[in-house]
Amino acid sequence: MIEDKRIRELELFAQEIRLETLKIIHSRGNGHIGGSMSIADALALLYGEIMHYDPKEPLMKDRDWCVLSKGHAGPALYATLGLSGYFPVNEAYTLNDFNTRFPSHTDHLITKGVDLTTGSLGQGFSQAAGVALGNRLQSIESDVYVFIGDGEADEGQIWEAAQFTAHYKLKHLIALIDNNGRQLDGSCEEVMSHGKGLGAKFEAFGWNVIEVQDGNSIKELAAAFEKARSSELPTALILHTIKGKGVSLMEKSGAHSAKPSAAEWEQMLKEAEEKLMTMKEQAL
Amino acid sequence: MSYTLIGNHQKDPRANCDGYVDAMIEMMKDDKRIVHIDCDLAACINATRIQKAYPERFFNAGIAEANAMGVAAGMAATGMIPFMHSFGVFAGRRAFDQAFLAGGYSHWPIHVIGSDPGVTAAFNGATHMPFEDAGLYLTIPDAVVIDSADYVQTYALTKKLVKQEGITYMRLIRKDHKQVYGDGSDFEIGKGVLLKQGSDVTIVASGIMVNNALEAIEKLSLEGISASLIDMHTWKPLDEKLLLEQAQITGCVVSAENHLVNCGLGSMVAQCLSEKLPLPQEFIGNHSRYGKCGPQSDLEKDYGMTAEDIMEAALRAIDRKG
Ligand SMILES: Cc1ncc(C[n+]2csc(CCOP(=O)(O)OP(=O)(O)O)c2C)c(N)n1
Ligand SMILES: [Mg+2]
Repeated sequence: MIEDKRIRELELFAQEIRLETLKIIHSRGNGHIGGSMSIADALALLYGEIMHYDPKEPLMKDRDWCVLSKGHAGPALYATLGLSGYFPVNEAYTLNDFNTRFPSHTDHLITKGVDLTTGSLGQGFSQAAGVALGNRLQSIESDVYVFIGDGEADEGQIWEAAQFTAHYKLKHLIALIDNNGRQLDGSCEEVMSHGKGLGAKFEAFGWNVIEVQDGNSIKELAAAFEKARSSELPTALILHTIKGKGVSLMEKSGAHSAKPSAAEWEQMLKEAEEKLMTMKEQAL
Repeated sequence: MSYTLIGNHQKDPRANCDGYVDAMIEMMKDDKRIVHIDCDLAACINATRIQKAYPERFFNAGIAEANAMGVAAGMAATGMIPFMHSFGVFAGRRAFDQAFLAGGYSHWPIHVIGSDPGVTAAFNGATHMPFEDAGLYLTIPDAVVIDSADYVQTYALTKKLVKQEGITYMRLIRKDHKQVYGDGSDFEIGKGVLLKQGSDVTIVASGIMVNNALEAIEKLSLEGISASLIDMHTWKPLDEKLLLEQAQITGCVVSAENHLVNCGLGSMVAQCLSEKLPLPQEFIGNHSRYGKCGPQSDLEKDYGMTAEDIMEAALRAIDRKG
């Protein structure tokens, strides 16, 4: 179990990730704020506590892998990688510039610390399954974490990967389903619903399923990862999150891709900065 | 076919995608067979307006392009006329087996709309930048393949698509493109538009390259060179008659496309010329590279697709006439 003090630190890290993610997207002026914010807490826990990695040796054979199958949340990963020592985070304030090393969709060829290239939804999950299988064949015990959107889970490929992973009992693959309830054209309920829910679906596919009622709570997330560890099956953590979490304007709009006005940007950045300040003060 | 050329290199006052949406809303009023199927990208092309106007004939298939294509084929089998939209990369690569067999081979009229062609995908970057989408559809033996240039042309051609009996693919620029045509211009599928009559070189272009070619022709004329320009909005079936006629007059050709040159407009033109009228041809477009991220203007320079590039290619082609 993680101590309360450590949880506070990780919450602070998550807020740093939120602020930096905003700054990265602000450098371009528009982007996928909502889907970046909903995974900030899980990223903080993974990179702050759980994952085995070395920013000096990003391709280290026995590292844990993190695959953003919902590749459009790139800015959240860049903030996390930057704050974890892969590169100065302000280098990512070049989001989508010509010849940038930070495109909004993650690309392993151009960004240090990005494990696989994604952007075409569905593809990251299958590749992650391949990594888990490749590692097992080489007796590497690393874990593979893959973030999947609830809209992304419309793709047939998601379920092809789910059946493959369960069939081959790739227990080192842990899927983090960002169940924020929204995709591009609206709510998942309106656009394409998931029957009895994504948890029930993964269960039917033979997975160990853990519902995380507040997927933006480090404490709940930490407890869920603890449980996942003892499973002999691949685990799907169904993270009940909020799209835009922590950024009031984005929580309210639920927007997929947003182009805030200058005033709105100011408000969002200020909100995130103040929250971080308060958390730092409380930590003292 | 009748048209007026604006071609003053100004931004089109209307978003190109609205040409598609406006035509659809008008057609769907009278023809109850027409449906729009989207893949969670309706908002990107304002197809939400179709949803508002005809909620019972708008279907969101979610982020599941292959299934959407198959569903479109099945609906077509019942006599419906489905239009199916996704980004070009996904309407192309991700749903292509379905498009080829359930659409093409089965000979059902599915009208596939692929948005953000080539460099217009800009900030969405490499994974979202289709330089091969139209090329894939060119491999379907009886497909119609279109790369339209602006609002007016998209509007007119959408209305013609609905009369096609097999599978069709149209590339759809979203917005921020240049206006080429005046209101009320009309076009026929398979009939190129002779925008300029010249004598030294023929430029064959489509989509965003039509405006770049118009700019190139202005620059060429300052050097005393007179160029023909064909807007070849339909790549397949190719208007061979117009191409050969102009190639005969000018003696050399430059093809200009926002696509891979080895499987697109340039290669269609080259095949026709090499079989029927072998002449020097220069290729403007993407020469075997992947997509990348950035502002469209930088990408046009990077892939060698600007007016200057077309102009230089024209000079090279003329040089090669010998
Ligand atoms: C195969 C594919 N189809 C469509 C898209 C375009 N697209 C990017 S993000 C998105 C919505 C994703 O929704 P979700 O997975 O729920 O992401 P989140 O809410 O976590 O941001 C869509 C349709 C894509 N990137 N890939
Ligand atoms: Mg979602």
